[in-house]
Amino acid sequence: MAQTDVGGSAPDTASGVGSPTRARIAARTLRTDRWWVEPALTFTLLCLWLLYALIRTASQRAYFVAEYHYLSPFSSPCLTASCDPAARDFGTWFGKFPPFVPFGLLVLPFLLGFRLTCYYYRKAYYRSFWLSPPACAVAEPHATYTGETKFPLIMQNLHRYFFFAAIIVSLVNTFDAVKAFHGKDGGFGIGLGTIIMVANVVLLWAYTASCHSCRHLIGGRLRHFSKHPVRYKLWTQVSRLNTRHMQLAWTTLASLLVTDAYIGLVASGHLTDLRLFN
Amino acid sequence: MTYDAHFRVWRGDQEGGDLVDYTVEVNEGEVVLDIIHRIQATQAGDLAVRWNCKAGKCGSCSAEVNGRPRLMCMTRMSTYAADETVTVTPLRAFPVTKDLVTDVSYNYAKARQIPAFAPPVGVAPGEYRMQQVDVERSQEFRKCIECFLCQDTCHVVRDHEDNKEAFAGPRFLIRAAELDMHPLDARDDRADFARDEQGIGMCNITKCCTEVCPEHIKITDNGIIPMKERVADRRYDPVRWLGRTITRRKA
Repeated sequence: MAQTDVGGSAPDTASGVGSPTRARIAARTLRTDRWWVEPALTFTLLCLWLLYALIRTASQRAYFVAEYHYLSPFSSPCLTASCDPAARDFGTWFGKFPPFVPFGLLVLPFLLGFRLTCYYYRKAYYRSFWLSPPACAVAEPHATYTGETKFPLIMQNLHRYFFFAAIIVSLVNTFDAVKAFHGKDGGFGIGLGTIIMVANVVLLWAYTASCHSCRHLIGGRLRHFSKHPVRYKLWTQVSRLNTRHMQLAWTTLASLLVTDAYIGLVASGHLTDLRLFN
Repeated sequence: MTYDAHFRVWRGDQEGGDLVDYTVEVNEGEVVLDIIHRIQATQAGDLAVRWNCKAGKCGSCSAEVNGRPRLMCMTRMSTYAADETVTVTPLRAFPVTKDLVTDVSYNYAKARQIPAFAPPVGVAPGEYRMQQVDVERSQEFRKCIECFLCQDTCHVVRDHEDNKEAFAGPRFLIRAAELDMHPLDARDDRADFARDEQGIGMCNITKCCTEVCPEHIKITDNGIIPMKERVADRRYDPVRWLGRTITRRKA
């Protein structure tokens, strides 16, 4: 047998795995797998998505196809005088927006808040952006840690209110999807854009319904399921969806992007909508 | 298939220690604990290792294998390539006693702080009646074998020794959830206890506890998050607070 030196300089983990009473191992982790891939991938994908959303919403262009009534979810509901009049299904609440201000300004903070406080995204960004921790059994670089006990992170406890807002936004998106059954002559019609918008709305509802706060409010807070059979039934359904919350979180990011990109390409004339009916 | 594996095992105590290299025989079907026992039997008679059932049910042989918290008796050697070095260290969140044995008394101290099950008033022992549908959520948490792998991997205490006083750790947060979801538990302050005494707010839901649980308990989704929501009901929801105040109802 031989000894392997794992001593060396004092680790930057003196308050954690480098604490004096613990096994003296300088390495912040002894994991041999590629543990950094997942946080790196999450960081990259979330940054790319945010960059895309920022560019698209700030551009104020190619958000609406009047012919088929395709309205991008990033600009819905369109309530400003800057919007195409046909896109203002809920009236004109605001005057003209200055350049770079997203048309969906009224709801975007709530949607962002819903995702920011989401229990899955919390895991994703705490790990990939804040490295707290970057991966399991990999020491984090921070000297102190208070979790979600202090402002601003204590506000994560308001997730349920963002969930309520997300329901309203999902209703608006559903309305947009119904309006997208719009033919060239103004009557009923279906195009590829309609199908994409409907698929996006179905996924958004699934993501919203699979939310942990929804699961709690619908029945999780009960102590006696047997006294509330309907709520128990609903809770079991939401619980089933809840196990897919992470997948739905990513799928809806993709579906939002695809829906907006498709509408953008059709609205800008780069693509002709594939019409299935009228 | 029999082959010689390269093992690195941490040897030492609180005064210091090193990873020590061993070349040791591995036979088909063996687990890491078998190899540690072979090292103990043939090369290092004084190697300290805690073990008991060798069946993944006692939770004694917790250690870190290639940096990942695992039960040694449930970690098959076939997980690793024959030419791969296997590194075994004690749990890195707890004080080391000797070699692979750690002092896990932090966990027992946290366990003792939790108020015990409170029987319902007016119901004698033996007369408890519960619907299966009401107890099955709690039953998931009863699968816990107290191996403390979740406690070991939880960065709140693993990376911050000073948080140990304020934070109970995932194992005891699901104990709180188990009692709060119990249909006959008479206490109505479990969520307050989880917040004020167990420090549930320090958990940031990064789910490492769930990843390492050998019993596959959904610690975060079914235990900690529901408790966080119950805490939110009582302490962070202004509408519920207003409703309680108006109706003078307890949370």
